[in-house]
Amino acid sequence: MYQIIGKKNLGEGINLYNISAPDIALKAQPGQFIILRVNKNGERIPITIANSDKKDKTITILVQTLGKTTHLLSELNVGESLADLVGPLGVPTEIKKFGTVVCIGGGFGTAAIYPIAKAMKAEGNHVISIIGARSKELLLMEDEMKAASNEVFAATNDGSCGTKGIVTDVLRNLIYDKKILINRVIAIGPVIMMKAVSDLTKEKSIKTIVSLNPIMIDGTGMCGACRVLVGNKTKFACVDGPDFDGHLVDFDNLMNRLKFYKEEEKTSYDCHMKAHHNLTA
Amino acid sequence: MDTKERLKINKHIMPCQPPAVRSGNFKEVPYGYTAEEAVEEAKRCIQCKRPYCIEGCPVNINIPAFIKLIEEGDFLGAAKKIKETNSLPAVCGRVCPQEDQCEKVCTVGKRKDTPSVAIGNLERFAADYEAKYGDIHIEINHKKDKKIAVVGGGPAGLTVAGDLCKMGYSVSIYEALHEIGGVLMYGIPEFRLPKEILSRELKVLEDMGVNVFTNEVIGKTFNVDELLNERGYGAVFIGTGAGTPKFLNIPGEELNGIYSANEFLTRVNLMRAYNKSEYDTPIKCGKTLVVFGAGNTAMDAVRTALRLGYQDSRIFYRRSRNEMTARIEEVHHAEEEGIKFEFLINPIRFIGDENHNVTAVECERMELGEPDESGRRRPIPIKGSEFITKIDAAVIAIGTNVNPIVPSSTPGLNLNKRGYITADENTGKTSKKGVFAGGDIVTGAATVILAMGAGKKAAVAIDKYLETGVW
Repeated sequence: MYQIIGKKNLGEGINLYNISAPDIALKAQPGQFIILRVNKNGERIPITIANSDKKDKTITILVQTLGKTTHLLSELNVGESLADLVGPLGVPTEIKKFGTVVCIGGGFGTAAIYPIAKAMKAEGNHVISIIGARSKELLLMEDEMKAASNEVFAATNDGSCGTKGIVTDVLRNLIYDKKILINRVIAIGPVIMMKAVSDLTKEKSIKTIVSLNPIMIDGTGMCGACRVLVGNKTKFACVDGPDFDGHLVDFDNLMNRLKFYKEEEKTSYDCHMKAHHNLTA
Repeated sequence: MDTKERLKINKHIMPCQPPAVRSGNFKEVPYGYTAEEAVEEAKRCIQCKRPYCIEGCPVNINIPAFIKLIEEGDFLGAAKKIKETNSLPAVCGRVCPQEDQCEKVCTVGKRKDTPSVAIGNLERFAADYEAKYGDIHIEINHKKDKKIAVVGGGPAGLTVAGDLCKMGYSVSIYEALHEIGGVLMYGIPEFRLPKEILSRELKVLEDMGVNVFTNEVIGKTFNVDELLNERGYGAVFIGTGAGTPKFLNIPGEELNGIYSANEFLTRVNLMRAYNKSEYDTPIKCGKTLVVFGAGNTAMDAVRTALRLGYQDSRIFYRRSRNEMTARIEEVHHAEEEGIKFEFLINPIRFIGDENHNVTAVECERMELGEPDESGRRRPIPIKGSEFITKIDAAVIAIGTNVNPIVPSSTPGLNLNKRGYITADENTGKTSKKGVFAGGDIVTGAATVILAMGAGKKAAVAIDKYLETGVW
């Protein structure tokens, strides 16, 4: 069960995994996520599905090593299995013909935006994708995004690829300089990026969907840990989302809630790495 | 021994860990009866001609019969007798509100000077004895060729699965979480229902042949129609439980440190956050924690907080002591442990610091007015009574709303006004052919044993439906 079929290091501690998950692969739709546990004493972590292959019965996820759980995951190799994998969870992204759709993937969020861009294009939209990273080497899934979009723009902080700057610089250029009529924007990435995109599109009332990534436990609506404020109403990201109208989301609240266990996460990671180094030394 | 003599025997109170000791650990509170104590307590049963206790039990355990077996020293026989109708006796002996069921209608207890026979304690004793010394083989009828899918591995689903398996059906439980047990696993704390005891009873079900599929969210991974049409199940039972937590909808509720009871308990129970050295899911600790609500879940949360190290763990309830819905025993245990109960208090807003962590709650005092739709006197705010209490964390334990996943993914399923599934009280039949439902997803949040009772009735109805084909 839940065996790792393929694994690829994409740099910066980011790994791509293909995992055998027949039931999930068959059902997964763009925008949905899974929850996994690496081992029997582990925590449950939500991760967006980057791709699903109905034929191979696998799903693809990208995971960046940030703490103990993701480090444990990074140590798993092809042939090894996860303790638990459940999904597809959440409401799929609304895919229909809107016209011109801008898909924005910031850093790691590119993995999540990819299946959405692909589906939007298949639906007949003109898909303009903007992918951002600190530098060229860190841009993810560039080729896949090119195939999934009609146009792709890159933004890098150091200017090593595409526009020197951030994804909103590209978006601003599309809206204000090129005066492209955009019917919908979908932005997935760091909270601060989704907030900046939403602030920008609000000026022109361009409907903007963001995918939220709060702390979750069960992922099925039971615990309420993932509650977010949308239009001043409490919503559960796991069953009401993870997609929400970016113009209504209280991003500051989300950022604050994501910080709650930082201290515990750090202690846990340090402790784990210390033991890990002792073991490997 | 004649009835007169029996009535002279004093009730055997179950010995417990002393409050000062147990408030610092997660071990079970009562120790359980010794064999001698159990036999003595069993002698208090007068073996009524009309045993009201059986009617008072939602799963109709033959109570006088198993108690007689205990009296005779046939403890394994007693356990076997209970298991004829109840697959989870060690669980029920611990978490059932017996004082509202079997023990409420006990003839002995109806007399002025004699308390009811301690039926729950005796059930627990028999189940624990069997786990330690016995190996009851449950007779499984010849295999029937029909399959049943049970959605949700909580009390209702486990009962349906156990009963239908005993009838000879092939039964599969689909569970959304990584462990079955439902609220018994994620909700009820270790000190009330040790996981080891729960796992033991769950294992009996698996040994009987019940198939368990964890990590399957019906409505997401598959839906009910697929179970019926593509996966070849003759019937589906939906027992997905209570659902999404209710919040107070007051300012500041999104601050860090404010949990739903479900989140707080799930972290500690299912994810074992209390065992920091071995498990990875975190939980914070501080000094003062307030639980809003006064049901059993609130008691579980507040006593869990105390054990985590919140020395000042309190209940704030907007009604008075008389309206609390928690079991008397739980309230009693909580008070013994030093939990403070404050009544007629309603929260107005939470206050946080610059890091977005909760630091205080502002409340107002209430007085009781006329009875409301629940029959309980409605609390009304007293003007100008606002006050601020410093807190490090808060738990909201005011109930749940329906979980939308199964209802919204199952066309043809009628729902009531509140969104719960409409099902026949006596059979669990829903508006959709072949689909039965029971437990909290039908009634809204209730008790473990009521869900089990619903499961029991549904199992009979499912058998009848599959035998006759008549809906």
